[in-house]
Amino acid sequence: MQFTIERSTLLRSLNHVQGVVERRTTIPILSNVLLQANGGKLGLTATDMDLAIIEGVAAEVAQDGSTTVPAHTLYDIVRKLPEGSQVEVRSGGEQGQLEIRSGRSKLSLTTLPSEDFPVMSDGDLPHSFTLPAEVLRRLIDRTRFAMSTEETRYYLNGLYFHVADSDGMAVLRIVATDGHRLARVEVPLPDGASGMPGVIVPRKAVGEIYKLIEEVEGDIEVALSETKIRFSFGDAVLTSKLIDGTFPDYDRVIPFGNDKTLEVKRTEFVKAVDLVSTISTEKSRAIKLSLDDGNLVLTATSPEAGSAREELDVDYNAGPLEIGFNSKYLLDITQQIDGNDAKFQLSDGASPTLVQDMGDTSALYVLMPMRV
Amino acid sequence: MSSLCRDCLSTDLADDASACPQCGCARLVSHPELHSLFIAHIDCDSFYASVEKRDNPDLIEKPVLVGGRKRGVVMAACYLARKYGVHSAMPMFKALKACPDAVVIQPDMKKYRRIGQKIREIMREVTPQLEPISIDEAFLDLTGTERLHGGSAARTLARLAANIHTAHGITVTVGLSHNKFLAKLASGLNKPHGFTVIGVEETIPFLAKQEVSRIWGVGKVFQRRLETDGITTIAQLQEYDGTELVRRYGEIGGRLARLSRGEDSRKVTPGGGRKSLSSETTFREDLSDPDKLKRILWWQAEKVSAGVKKEGIGGRTITLKLKTSRFRTLTRSRTLPHPTQLAEVIYAGAAPLLEKETNGTEYRLLGVGLSDFLPADHCDPIDLADPDAKKRKQLESVVDALREKFGTDAIGKGRRLEGSS
Repeated sequence: MQFTIERSTLLRSLNHVQGVVERRTTIPILSNVLLQANGGKLGLTATDMDLAIIEGVAAEVAQDGSTTVPAHTLYDIVRKLPEGSQVEVRSGGEQGQLEIRSGRSKLSLTTLPSEDFPVMSDGDLPHSFTLPAEVLRRLIDRTRFAMSTEETRYYLNGLYFHVADSDGMAVLRIVATDGHRLARVEVPLPDGASGMPGVIVPRKAVGEIYKLIEEVEGDIEVALSETKIRFSFGDAVLTSKLIDGTFPDYDRVIPFGNDKTLEVKRTEFVKAVDLVSTISTEKSRAIKLSLDDGNLVLTATSPEAGSAREELDVDYNAGPLEIGFNSKYLLDITQQIDGNDAKFQLSDGASPTLVQDMGDTSALYVLMPMRV
Repeated sequence: MSSLCRDCLSTDLADDASACPQCGCARLVSHPELHSLFIAHIDCDSFYASVEKRDNPDLIEKPVLVGGRKRGVVMAACYLARKYGVHSAMPMFKALKACPDAVVIQPDMKKYRRIGQKIREIMREVTPQLEPISIDEAFLDLTGTERLHGGSAARTLARLAANIHTAHGITVTVGLSHNKFLAKLASGLNKPHGFTVIGVEETIPFLAKQEVSRIWGVGKVFQRRLETDGITTIAQLQEYDGTELVRRYGEIGGRLARLSRGEDSRKVTPGGGRKSLSSETTFREDLSDPDKLKRILWWQAEKVSAGVKKEGIGGRTITLKLKTSRFRTLTRSRTLPHPTQLAEVIYAGAAPLLEKETNGTEYRLLGVGLSDFLPADHCDPIDLADPDAKKRKQLESVVDALREKFGTDAIGKGRRLEGSS
């Protein structure tokens, strides 16, 4: 195998695939990236057996062939090569090492045979639809922060993609919750998605697909079965196993009946929360919202740091109410709102609060208060 | 000087007022530090006897003794009976000799516990920092509640006392001070239906006048020992320095030194500073059957749950304990996202731990415990990822209420029974 490739192209691709490779793995070949040079193209593959990314990039291939090398090491090498340089890669040297040359630099990497590299089978993926990359990015943006990391509730460690009915319209809905907050977003149901099962996409796959499509424009093809999902576009394919579990019946915890409405200017509110939270204790990050007609006072106190207070004019007329929130959770949510105004629907200081974009009903958030 | 009317809660009183200008009553409490003290001890007045009088108005004018009729002791004596020199823990025959007209009532502990619980619930509405000491008395720390209740701790306590009286017909005595020792001492000074305050300023001179037996932990025997050493009043103790007292009396000497100066750093802790609560069973014969073990686990989870509910606390860490037939002890624990009081949650947390260990090994002991406590109102919050949690909590409180009324065996999960899994 022998090929020449632009450093930046190789680096970008390696950046995409190396995230899949676990730093600590007991199976040596899983630390490696599979390189396949074939007729003007270089294919890079990485997997952890639950998730695989294959990406193809243009390269000047002098000789077809394939091999595997440690992914993180190769990434580090390419990263340190001078910008704008060409990288020449050649296998079949002494003891099957992979030779990397660029300018006057020369490095050799030990390899493992490409035949040993595990292939993740896709199986049959009966449901498929397309989503514009930008739409998928936004869907992920607005939900990923609410995924749980709690291992005992593994079925919350991902995004729940499913078909739902939203006021008589079929939608593709994505939900995430960690028990403290919940994010629910939806888009009109794409063609081909009706009849798909509800699936939970693991957080690692969510992070990797997001990274992969960060600069992509155009459509992403999504194909899935009950056990696997595949995202593909251009020369890249990400395949992941799905979480085998039941996502909770989240609809019942969304407090649509909350009768106290608070409307805030989003940027002003975000700034105020951000400022006041500087004081809140590192551990709880609690801030208190004290509401009265037309007025919102945000406060935080910590025995170590001191105290903070900020006051905002708001649209509210449901009488005095005090409620505490984790300021980080509050920011996570309000920062995902695109419009100028955010609407809070509250019940009391101990019940969940509903947060929405005033001008966009496709996303809603539920936030549990905390004691302050 | 700050004053407070215990009936109408008015604080707008002249220094020398003998009656409240608002409501005309004379139940005033005045103290320079009245509105800056937060630690309270509340004691129900002759609780068992008061409950009986409440339930049978014919008894109101009569001296009432609660206790075993013949060979028993007096568990509670109403204040009418106390006039004859009767006090609790006195043998019944002696009490009846002193007060032959007394009506003796067999104790109904279930009823007292139920009302005690209800009273505790009213107290807990005032602050979660509630430490029950017994069925009818508790410490409360009202620090930081002024804004919430719109008034000083003293005012909140006066209202609490009135609320308990209105809701359950039981009068209570309040002691208010700056630590637990003094709060308890204060409530003991003026009973029944009292409200006594001991401020920071007067602590040392006030204690000086008291007898050593007022100090918590000084019983009759130790009192006699102090007496032989010539010590009868707290004033005498105040003259010694701590090291001298420790040298003479050991550990309790240190306590004498601190308490005689009114120093007590014990915090009011829900659950009384309890670190863990558990239920264990040693089997008559070793067990390995997972179903049998799980059935026992459920019983234990219910027991632990009842225990923490009673104390108004809940725990975040569940610990499973097993002892094999060869006396090897295993403990397995897990931490929950939120503290819990619920049997269902304790069981659900412990059962998988047990399942991992039921591999044919013979066990002679199984236990489950809860630790890492927080007050009840921090427990089992709404969980957005568990829509049924609320229902389970409600269901369990219904079961608890039924058991309160009809006994523990009145209702239970099928899981309690043989042949269920």
